[in-house]
Amino acid sequence: MRPLTFRKLLFQCFFLLVILFFVVVVALKFGAVPVSLYALGRDLLRVILGQSSQISSDYGLIIQNIRLPRIILGIIVGASLSVAGTSFQALLRNPLADPYVLGVSSGAALGAILSLIAEPHLVLPPAFGALLTPLCAFLGAAVTITAVYFLGRRQGQIDSNTLLLGGVITASFLSAVIVFLMSLVNSSNTRGMVFWLMGNLSTSFQKSIYWFLAAGFFIAIGVIYSTANDLNILLAGEKEAMHLGVDVRHVRFLVYLAASLLTGLAVSVSGAVGYVGLFVPHVMRLMFGSDHRTLLPTSALGGAIAVVVADTLARLVVAPNELPVGAVTAVVGAPLFIYLLRRRLA
Amino acid sequence: MSPSRGSAAPRTPPESARLGTEIRLAVEQVSYAYSANPTQAPLFTLEATSFQARPGEIVAILGPNASGKSTLLQLIAGVLSPLSGRVLLDGFVIHSLSPRTRAQRIAMVQQESRLLFPARVWQFVLQGRHAHGRSLRFESHDDILIAQNALLQVGAAELSDRWMDQLSGGEKQRVVLARALAQRPLLLLLDEPTLHLDIASQVGLLDALRRLCAHSRYTVIVVTHELNLAAEYADQILLMHRGRCLRVGPPAAIYQRELLEQVFQVPLKVEMRGHGRPRVTILSDS
Repeated sequence: MRPLTFRKLLFQCFFLLVILFFVVVVALKFGAVPVSLYALGRDLLRVILGQSSQISSDYGLIIQNIRLPRIILGIIVGASLSVAGTSFQALLRNPLADPYVLGVSSGAALGAILSLIAEPHLVLPPAFGALLTPLCAFLGAAVTITAVYFLGRRQGQIDSNTLLLGGVITASFLSAVIVFLMSLVNSSNTRGMVFWLMGNLSTSFQKSIYWFLAAGFFIAIGVIYSTANDLNILLAGEKEAMHLGVDVRHVRFLVYLAASLLTGLAVSVSGAVGYVGLFVPHVMRLMFGSDHRTLLPTSALGGAIAVVVADTLARLVVAPNELPVGAVTAVVGAPLFIYLLRRRLA
Repeated sequence: MSPSRGSAAPRTPPESARLGTEIRLAVEQVSYAYSANPTQAPLFTLEATSFQARPGEIVAILGPNASGKSTLLQLIAGVLSPLSGRVLLDGFVIHSLSPRTRAQRIAMVQQESRLLFPARVWQFVLQGRHAHGRSLRFESHDDILIAQNALLQVGAAELSDRWMDQLSGGEKQRVVLARALAQRPLLLLLDEPTLHLDIASQVGLLDALRRLCAHSRYTVIVVTHELNLAAEYADQILLMHRGRCLRVGPPAAIYQRELLEQVFQVPLKVEMRGHGRPRVTILSDS
């Protein structure tokens, strides 16, 4: 017996943190405008020392105001979507569950769009106005996962194939509604169809949004992580889990809520980036095993790495133009989905 | 319910001294009804059932399919709440305990669903320790010792590092029993534990169970179709038929030809053997 220890967990996370650091440096260096490693190091040091006013070069501005916020956004979005995917996979006992495949991302996108359409007509204090979109995205996500959960139930039990089909159909339906709404409303502040349907990290936000994102992110991940042992046992089935002392209803409610929050937050700032929650947990399981005490933090870091890499590629492949980041993740994720589906049916 | 109808000699079990008089499990007039939705008539009902079990006792629940055996077991496990009546474990009403408290006292061995992701045997057995710690934690030295000991008790210590999906049926069932033992329960519930096992594995499992009962004073409730194994190993038999508990009593009192033929709908022969354990032979029609 070699049970998981805290040291082992720290070691695994440290390993991924080092990779994330290198990925971030690479993402900062490459782009439409080349930046030397020396200038990059100098400017980063200044940002860390709080002397950002001394950064004068154009390169520095690109780094600080364009690439760095985008990378931070990528880290939060990637980590949120992977942890949400891991949670859905455990609760639904389905290794193919993912916020995008289940339609939860589309539900969140629809919620966000509705809030953007409604916002100009509402009289709200400005502080609340900025938070309306993430909140509506969260509601959209929560309503969608509830609907898909009930679509996937047959005779009181979750049926994997019905669930996946229900999710895919829901996603397609919601996308149609999104396209319809976006064609009706042609205002400048609704960001555009490709943003919501494919995902994009190029929008920049006010500072308060980043803080709100980070806070929601840490709360939701904390809640899910506190149930890590319960999730391990839930993989054996809800009945078995009950006999082993898991308060199944309580855990299910908490984790669905937190996973919807993560999806809602991510989608409200980046649109529906697909398949991250599918392939990242899968790779992490192969590397570190399926214990959720390891899987949740490593998936968060892995998701951050994956989205930052995908977004860097999205910026570089057709430079000086850009691809939506969701196109890159889908190119990797969709074939993997097919592979996993075929293997499971075999 | 009368324990005997007189045709079989009341036995004086040699175990009576071992069992003592303390009552561990008391099932008091428990009933249940299952319906697809609240407005429809119930599809299945379990009529008021009562019995008691002492520490170290093995109780077998017998009956044909759909007789209410598994429902009764779920009620005892506390995952279903009875429509009326109550189930007491050492004086506490089981279904009002929290899932965690329940799992510290009651362990269930049932047909396992397929595992979603591969797991090692030791990881599986350690799941039994879940109810004994706070939710988020790492296994303590004690947990590991208890899990190793549980594997030893069922004779599966050498399986510890194997993958769960590479075990044979008999090995797997012993590992599942080990996980239940790792819960350190008072009450051990088994739902058809010998299903899909070959004869040697069946006897091996039940011998292990009897040893554990005598040694650790578990109260064991087992649902089974195996009339002869139940007669051989059980101290008490509960005979169920169409949602009703027909009889409770020692095997010698329950195993009567007319009664068993009526319940199981097959012609059969009952022989009484020397040590008060009956044996049933199924007679084919031809």
